[in-house]
Amino acid sequence: MTTLPVQTEKKLGLVIDLDTCVGCHACVTACKGWNDQGYGAPLSDQNPYGADPSGTFLNRVHSYAVQPVEGPAQTINFPRSCLHCDDAPCVTVCPTGASYKRVEDGIVLVNEDACMGCGLCAWACPYGAREMDADAGVMKKCTLCVDRIYNDELPEEDREPACVRTCPTGARHFGDLGDPDSAVSQLVAARGGYDLMPELRTKPTNKYLPPRKKDARQEASLLAPLLDIKATGFAGWLDRVLGKI
Amino acid sequence: MNQPKINLSPPVSDDIRKTTCYMCACRCGINVHLKSGRVTYIEGNRDHPINKGVLCAKGAAGIMQVTAPSRLRAPLRRVGPRGSGAFEEISWDEALALAVSWMKPLRETAPEKLAFFTGRDQSQSFTGWWAQQFGTPNYAAHGGFCSVNMAAGGIYTIGGAFWEFGQPDWEYTKLFIMFGVAEDHDSNPIKIGLGRLKGRGARVIGVNPIRTGYNAVADDWYGITPGTDGLLILSLIHCLLVAGKIDTDYLARWTNAGLLVNETDGPEKGLFVKNAESQPFVIDRATGAPAPWDGKGVVPDLGATWQGHRTVFQHMAERYHSAEYAPEAVAERCGIPAARIHALAAEIADVAFNQAIRLEQPWVDFRGDAHDHMPGRPVSFHAMRGISAHANGFQTARALHLLQIVLGTVEVPGGYRLKPPYPKPVEAHPTPHFVTVPGQPLSGPHLGYVRGPEHLALKEDGTPARIDKAFTWENPFSAHGLMQMVIPNAHAGDPYRIDTLFLYMANMAWNSSMNTSAVMAMLTDKDAAGEYVIPRIIYSDAYASEMVAYADLILPDTTYLERHDCISMLDRPISEPGAAGDAIRWPVVEPDRDVRGFQSVLLDLGVRLGLPGMTNADGTAKFADYADYIVNHQRRPGVGPLMGFRGDGTGAGRGAPNPDQLDRYIANGGFFQAHVPEAAAYYKPWNAGYQDWAVKTGFYEAPQPYLFSIYSEPMRKFQLAAEGHGWIQPPDHLRAQVKAAMDPLPVWQGLPAVEGYPVHALTQRPMAMYHSWGSQNAWLRQIHGRNYLYVPTKIWVEQGFGDGDWARVTSPAGEIVVPVAHMAALNENTVWTWNAIGKRKGAWALDDAAPEATKGFLLNHLISELLPERGDGQRWSNADPVTGQAAWFDLKVRIERCAAPVEAQPAHPPIPRVVPQGNTR
Repeated sequence: MTTLPVQTEKKLGLVIDLDTCVGCHACVTACKGWNDQGYGAPLSDQNPYGADPSGTFLNRVHSYAVQPVEGPAQTINFPRSCLHCDDAPCVTVCPTGASYKRVEDGIVLVNEDACMGCGLCAWACPYGAREMDADAGVMKKCTLCVDRIYNDELPEEDREPACVRTCPTGARHFGDLGDPDSAVSQLVAARGGYDLMPELRTKPTNKYLPPRKKDARQEASLLAPLLDIKATGFAGWLDRVLGKI
Repeated sequence: MNQPKINLSPPVSDDIRKTTCYMCACRCGINVHLKSGRVTYIEGNRDHPINKGVLCAKGAAGIMQVTAPSRLRAPLRRVGPRGSGAFEEISWDEALALAVSWMKPLRETAPEKLAFFTGRDQSQSFTGWWAQQFGTPNYAAHGGFCSVNMAAGGIYTIGGAFWEFGQPDWEYTKLFIMFGVAEDHDSNPIKIGLGRLKGRGARVIGVNPIRTGYNAVADDWYGITPGTDGLLILSLIHCLLVAGKIDTDYLARWTNAGLLVNETDGPEKGLFVKNAESQPFVIDRATGAPAPWDGKGVVPDLGATWQGHRTVFQHMAERYHSAEYAPEAVAERCGIPAARIHALAAEIADVAFNQAIRLEQPWVDFRGDAHDHMPGRPVSFHAMRGISAHANGFQTARALHLLQIVLGTVEVPGGYRLKPPYPKPVEAHPTPHFVTVPGQPLSGPHLGYVRGPEHLALKEDGTPARIDKAFTWENPFSAHGLMQMVIPNAHAGDPYRIDTLFLYMANMAWNSSMNTSAVMAMLTDKDAAGEYVIPRIIYSDAYASEMVAYADLILPDTTYLERHDCISMLDRPISEPGAAGDAIRWPVVEPDRDVRGFQSVLLDLGVRLGLPGMTNADGTAKFADYADYIVNHQRRPGVGPLMGFRGDGTGAGRGAPNPDQLDRYIANGGFFQAHVPEAAAYYKPWNAGYQDWAVKTGFYEAPQPYLFSIYSEPMRKFQLAAEGHGWIQPPDHLRAQVKAAMDPLPVWQGLPAVEGYPVHALTQRPMAMYHSWGSQNAWLRQIHGRNYLYVPTKIWVEQGFGDGDWARVTSPAGEIVVPVAHMAALNENTVWTWNAIGKRKGAWALDDAAPEATKGFLLNHLISELLPERGDGQRWSNADPVTGQAAWFDLKVRIERCAAPVEAQPAHPPIPRVVPQGNTR
């Protein structure tokens, strides 16, 4: 068992806008690219050109069909990665202390030197956010790009997670969700951001913004005819539209 | 707590090299990070006008493309039967000597026997120029099977088009409507724009049979029946006309609505009434008298009738006023209830007219009239292959432009804005050049915009001059050629036989051909004498695509990080509405194989062939390589492939070649921009300030303001010919087709119902893949390694489908057996799949058991390049009769549940490998 901090100084996390995410997977490969050469072991791939390719990804996008009670079916794109929970069951289950939650910012990390690859944390995570790297034999997960966000080697504007920097629609936002005045907290308040599976009481830091209501316009015509065409015919319409009557 | 100490500031890389992505056609700016000379990370360039720092899934995965095991390694010569995979590696000298031994005799005797066609070529102004110097009329890139309807429909109407010719005014638009925009299209720019609209609560509407991607985030969705967009659009125009919700001032000032249409029977009927100087004119509203269309202070009277001749406006209004375009009359065919069409028209009208905007920006128009502000109607549209890849696509694209025009939303604040060098009217484009003289170059560029029958590419005997029959009565406005017809026509010897087929980056033996199985057979077919019907095939590609196996000589290209390129104002630049822009690629890493950039190879070949333009009088090379050409070639005096840093380094657009130009581009992040002055940013076709800036920047030599073409006089000229007027006459079997297709006002023609095939079948590319390239990428194939036929609920239930089921899908052209999946957010009579996930075994360095090769499939096997025979001895192409665009999306099928086969059908045998199967990355 590993203990969680009683409180963290910040709650850094992501706000993901499901109204705007087009499901392009840009965040998936930007994450793969950065973390393949970043924190800890590379993200390996097995049989990359074979019959059953697989590999380690810290962020994946799923698309779901949604059939509302009324109106046509919809497609919702849903990016999934570690939510950096306050009550992270993946940390408390860790037998070696490798999984931990940082006091200063709340990021959940794996100390790969201490990880023995038992996989208990992946079993404990209800969101499927952890992946065992088959080559390195250690558990991998979203680091919130801890090696970017404080990195003095990077220009200030680039000190954000790779997935946020690359998102073409701007559907991913990064900030301190512990600060009610932060831009991300304001966004969550304005758009009704919500926790994923709150009933599990993991207290996720990351929030999702719900899709706005779609297909809502009434179907009645708002366009009145210019005049009674039947009575005056095309010539009458022409005069009217050209302002001659 | 005992937190480990971690390094929060690890060094990222030793070097960042800024170049241009090539993972699709967007041409985003990328920062390539290197450590010890190896590429370690790729991210978007924040300063770049196209992507502004962001990057899509493909772009970031480019790192896997540079090391892909599918990369070709050295020139190869075929030593066994074609398609057997028996190749030997040869040196570049041997390869080039062999190519010259085939090409040189052709140039000296019959240049047309070389057919040079390029696929996803981003150097078309160069490859076209090379073919011109060779002297063959047979050159085009892939536009004919891609989206020429979109380009030509726009150019002939507004002097620009959707696609990369322009973009919505993301800053001011309040309502954005997409027609037929597939997931992959205009990748990062449209995603950035959608994000901006969402960020400020603007409304987005998708018109598309499939609700994924951009259409999934749209606030409203019209799940239209494929091929009926034109009918829906004309019905919207009908609603707006009836309600009087049209911008008559815009129509009068900026379009040809005020020109007079000749009503006199005879050879001039339907052309514009001209004055003694052969100029069309208008009736001035102020005086009621004829006045020059471009005269100062002239405001054309749309309601005028002069000597019995009525204005274009009246012809247009009369046509679309007709009840045949009422929502109630079109609803069933479009698959959209009439009330929904009324509501969409109402929403458009509300935003355009009740929520109009204005910019307090004074400007002067081409008539010399000053305006103290710029009115805007904040409705914008975008469209792509969903409307253009039909046989009615050209007229549908015209119809959508007409909708924008009657609303007054093109080139105004909040509307649709063109990107320099557009706007550019038909008259500013070349006409096709095609006359061959042995040993001589062509007199001008191959591709162009036909103004009348006199510009068709016909020989003196009336037969087609080009192997693809572009610019003929079958498809007069084929501005991008018809690449999809090259192999079938060459095989059929129709209109003639060729000797050498030279292809670049075009996977014609697989996903880029209609009727793929038949095309593969054509490539290996022999005549009675035992010779190949297509005698020689030269192919250049960077990767082991399906096409490679069918070549006689393979010229291996580099990857995009190992080469020079220019993204040129002379063909497809990276402009924004407010700035002309171009860019380069440069070798950020050196190749580790015996490969060469194809453009440098073409120059080398050109010198060996003694082609003018690239050879000095003494026979030596004028350009050392492509980089040298990019800097020093001048298309016109002072105008070259790159516009930036010319002359002493300060020239933009015009100036002498600057030997430091490439270094300056590299120092500037790989691109250059010339900004449009603020007073010239809108109303560009008519804005004197823009016209002057465009001349200064080198797009053209004199200002050329023009009117938007609601009514197309070039099209009417073809109708007149079909009616028997003029000395250039169509063959009788094409008269009816020409008359119907070349309607000078947008028209919708339904596609003939095919008995027994009730279901529409479509493809689109996923956002994380580009054509066939993605599957060789270790990361991208983990995202999209399988494709399914997505089936709407109605058919799913009718057929009793369940998870894991397979279906037999049949069209008049063929049959496939494929895995199915249910999708509810889909037009109820439409099935679809991802394009080009299916691969042939042995290609792309993948395992023969790869899911792409065993379960993946193409719809191409169901689509013939020809329509079913009509018993008249003619080969009718499955294409738009205006432009020749391949009608991929006209496909109709029958679908039946069937037992699961071992593999998707048809299962072609493996093609022999030209590179070993990939192992680790």
